[in-house]
Amino acid sequence: MARLELRGLVKDYVDLRTIHGVDLEIEDGTFCVFVGPSGCGKSTLLRMIAGLEEITDGDLLIDGQRVNEQRASERGLAMVFQTYALYPHMTVRQNLAFGLENIKTPKPEIESRIAEAARMLQLEAYLDRRPTQLSGGQRQRVAIGRAVVREPRVFLFDEPLSNLDAELRVTMRGEIADLHRRLGNTMIYVTHDQVEAMTMADKIVVLRAGRIEQAGAPLDLYNTPANRFVAGFIGSPRMNFVTCTVETATAEGLALRDAAGRRYLAGVVPDGLTPGDKVELGMRPEHLRVGGEEGHAVEVQAIEQLGGDCYLYCRAEDGLALTAHLSGQTGIRRGEVARIAFDPAYAHVFTAADGAALRRRVVGEAVPA
Amino acid sequence: MLGFLTRTRGRRRADLTDWLAWGFLLLGVLLMLGPVLWIVLSSFKTEAALQEYPPTLLPLATETVVVEGHAEPLPLFRVTEGEHAGRVLAQVRRVGLVAQMIDPADPATRIDVNIAAREPVREVDVATENYTTLFSRFNFLLYFWNSTFITVVATILTVLFNSMAAFALSKYKFRGRTVVFLLIIATLMIPPTINLVPIFLVVSQLGLVNSPWGVIWPAIATPTGVFLLRQYMLTIPDDLLDAARMDHASEWRVYWRIVMPLSAPALAVLVLFSVMWRWNEFLWPLIVLNRAEEFTLQLALNSFQGELQTSWSNLLAMTVLTLLPITIVFAVLQKYITQGIAQAGVK
Repeated sequence: MARLELRGLVKDYVDLRTIHGVDLEIEDGTFCVFVGPSGCGKSTLLRMIAGLEEITDGDLLIDGQRVNEQRASERGLAMVFQTYALYPHMTVRQNLAFGLENIKTPKPEIESRIAEAARMLQLEAYLDRRPTQLSGGQRQRVAIGRAVVREPRVFLFDEPLSNLDAELRVTMRGEIADLHRRLGNTMIYVTHDQVEAMTMADKIVVLRAGRIEQAGAPLDLYNTPANRFVAGFIGSPRMNFVTCTVETATAEGLALRDAAGRRYLAGVVPDGLTPGDKVELGMRPEHLRVGGEEGHAVEVQAIEQLGGDCYLYCRAEDGLALTAHLSGQTGIRRGEVARIAFDPAYAHVFTAADGAALRRRVVGEAVPA
Repeated sequence: MLGFLTRTRGRRRADLTDWLAWGFLLLGVLLMLGPVLWIVLSSFKTEAALQEYPPTLLPLATETVVVEGHAEPLPLFRVTEGEHAGRVLAQVRRVGLVAQMIDPADPATRIDVNIAAREPVREVDVATENYTTLFSRFNFLLYFWNSTFITVVATILTVLFNSMAAFALSKYKFRGRTVVFLLIIATLMIPPTINLVPIFLVVSQLGLVNSPWGVIWPAIATPTGVFLLRQYMLTIPDDLLDAARMDHASEWRVYWRIVMPLSAPALAVLVLFSVMWRWNEFLWPLIVLNRAEEFTLQLALNSFQGELQTSWSNLLAMTVLTLLPITIVFAVLQKYITQGIAQAGVK
């Protein structure tokens, strides 16, 4: 059982504030992913939870108990580092045993826990090797094993997959998700890769410049991003943004017009917007239809055909760039002029002033095409 | 080995550069090993052979023979000129330019030979008594023990104290860290001779004069050691220390189980330096240790050099014995040093 609560956490480095009062609750057994661009403070926040960075202000509670003053070793957490941080002078077995020896676990107990972890992570064959004799994926598994044998209340992962190649990353992603299912512990996972966040998380926390932009389930963030930043960060390829002016605002939605005079409809609650206001229109690539009779004319500049999917990178005459994602394969060729259309129900609209999202009238994939 | 030594620059016969390289290396070997070899060979010479001019490379002595009617063994000479040329005779005594000689086979007949017309019959004679008297007449083992005690204890303490200081200076962030480090480094700029008097005052106030601890304590905090270890420890990733902390390790265990083993190459260098410094140290022990029974080897060596006469044979023998331990330490540790350098280069 481990429920984490962060209340107004603040971190100052000399005279630079890097974490600006973070409030967050992580329920027991949640796989929580901190995601954000580099320098957003996600690793700092993780290290504050771990006890490796001092907390300047605010409270950190584990199972309702304030642990601000506890040392890293007393908090009962385990961490997997980006660099693996395996002790190079010890064998894999000694690496796994080190933490248990430090808390004076009886020898037979250590043996059985190492055996169990080695079996789970397929490390049996490497127990007597040194970390330098292992491949990246094996080292990663040892690093996870070192956390697993400790049977911690919470697992912390600091960008554990960023040093692996693409294929291994997918495999390890599956293994970590599988580990979470089997152990059921609370896990906090830091990454800058939103794909990792989307595929693994029960709860995603999007951070920017030391503040939480939005926290919630992966699809909630995808379908109803709270602001333009989250909308742009979650989803790959990125959402297309067009700066527009409101022409009419009704209860049904907004009629928008961009600088080149193209018109769009958006099915959002106007929320006090009046004609003439500036907004940002957001369109997910997969919601654009290309090659129909209607819509705006664009030139297809590049096509990526993956077989099952294809991506079209288009540009309008005035320079507006749009990315479209189609399922299956397409007959459109590079350099052709096609028409792009867009269903108003899928529109995301953000105010130009603070980037806040307007509420969508219909949300999610239940929307009729 | 032979293939390695005879490797040439080009594919064919030895090039000019090969000859130059060989010549240069031989010169180096001669410069480095020559004096050592000279000392080792000379340490086996008798006092008489040492005084000889011109000096010989090998420890040679004139062959002697015991002849009936003469109490002392007589030296043998080969006659080079005159009617007895080629004969080997024993010299009874020398009178002026004439040597009175006898044939060992026929001791009754006396033969007079001009001293210019004979040369000594020489053989290699290893004077091991130079060494044995060190143990019988002089208390070599006591000096050896004094030196060993000071060297071993001072080295252990040096490594311990310097590594702890280096650990703090490289891995903890605290106010004034740079200032402390710079102060330690700055002490390198003060010549040791300036420190002699103040340190002696402290040592004598503490009652450590004529005690090995009077030599050990002032020597263990070395700026060189702190600097060397700090620079090396900076290369140990902080993640490893954090990982150990997450693994419930106390700061002491982080230091002892993680930082120390990983600093092994730098520690080996410091051990080597410390052993050489303490073993070869002369001036400071000379000041602190006045009683003969507290002398280190270096001081004992010095005491062989008397005001009126110097026992060169014993001095040389002791020098050789003094060189041995440090040579062994170097031979054992140099492997780790090159390893350390190689690892640092790869990473």
